[in-house]
Amino acid sequence: MIQIHCPYCGETLPELEFAYAGEAHIDRPVSPTEQTDEEWAEFLFMRQNVKGPHFERWRHVHGCGRFFNAVRNTITDRFYTTYKAGEPRPDLATLLEEDNK
Amino acid sequence: MSKHISSLAPSVVVDTAAARVAVSQLIGRISLRARTNENGGDLAAVGKAIGLELPTQIGTRAKAEGIEAACLGPDEWTVLVPLGQIEKVEDALAALYPSLPHSMTDITGREVTLTIEGPQAAELLSIGAPRDIASIKVGQARRMLFDGATVTLWRDSDTSFRMDVWNSFASFLVTTLETGAKELAAELA
Ligand SMILES: [Zn+2]
Repeated sequence: MIQIHCPYCGETLPELEFAYAGEAHIDRPVSPTEQTDEEWAEFLFMRQNVKGPHFERWRHVHGCGRFFNAVRNTITDRFYTTYKAGEPRPDLATLLEEDNK
Repeated sequence: MSKHISSLAPSVVVDTAAARVAVSQLIGRISLRARTNENGGDLAAVGKAIGLELPTQIGTRAKAEGIEAACLGPDEWTVLVPLGQIEKVEDALAALYPSLPHSMTDITGREVTLTIEGPQAAELLSIGAPRDIASIKVGQARRMLFDGATVTLWRDSDTSFRMDVWNSFASFLVTTLETGAKELAAELA
């Protein structure tokens, strides 16, 4: 079973306690009414569908309940890091370099 | 105070050489969400209203005057209060609301507590918990998964636990624990 580190609990716990919640760092437009239909559709529906390292949201649903972000390789399921919601997007090159050590 | 409804009456469910599982007496329960805010509202005041110092690290607990609190999330606690005191605690929290907006919900009627004790209590819990029970230290508590249901597990000693479960899952979880306690005892025999 995959083990996931919850940045709020500070514990590495079984995947079964967590729920996947889609791509991370997608900002809701500040003024939805000023969006064209195309822009709004882009926000609502279009995702990168990355093959490889993916910035994504998870929720510790059967634990602290918090949403957080993770960088996971969609091919190998390897988690490079997890971090609290609202924290800046980590630099991918640095993460991969550290992971190779 | 919300109405007390429980699917299970206080009773001993199973008592074997491995573990004893029982349904506890009714107790008052509060779900609390709060955080220190920019307008000077201080979390310490919330603890003061309840009558204890709120623990702030997830999984830790505090107890005073029969009232117990466990920190379940960065801004979330479950508070166990004797039934005779719960209205007083709720009033004290309500008085705090203008200076420190928070969410206080009486969940007395939502849950029931099971006690799980005995030499193999931890092993019994491991049949339904994906997480390692040993990672929950004596004197701590965690919200976690047990046999498909979200529960709050309080570890009171190496061999004694309390499990708060929603009424709708209670009879199902009790069956799991009963079967497990009997199987563990059969292995001992
Ligand atoms: Zn967590």
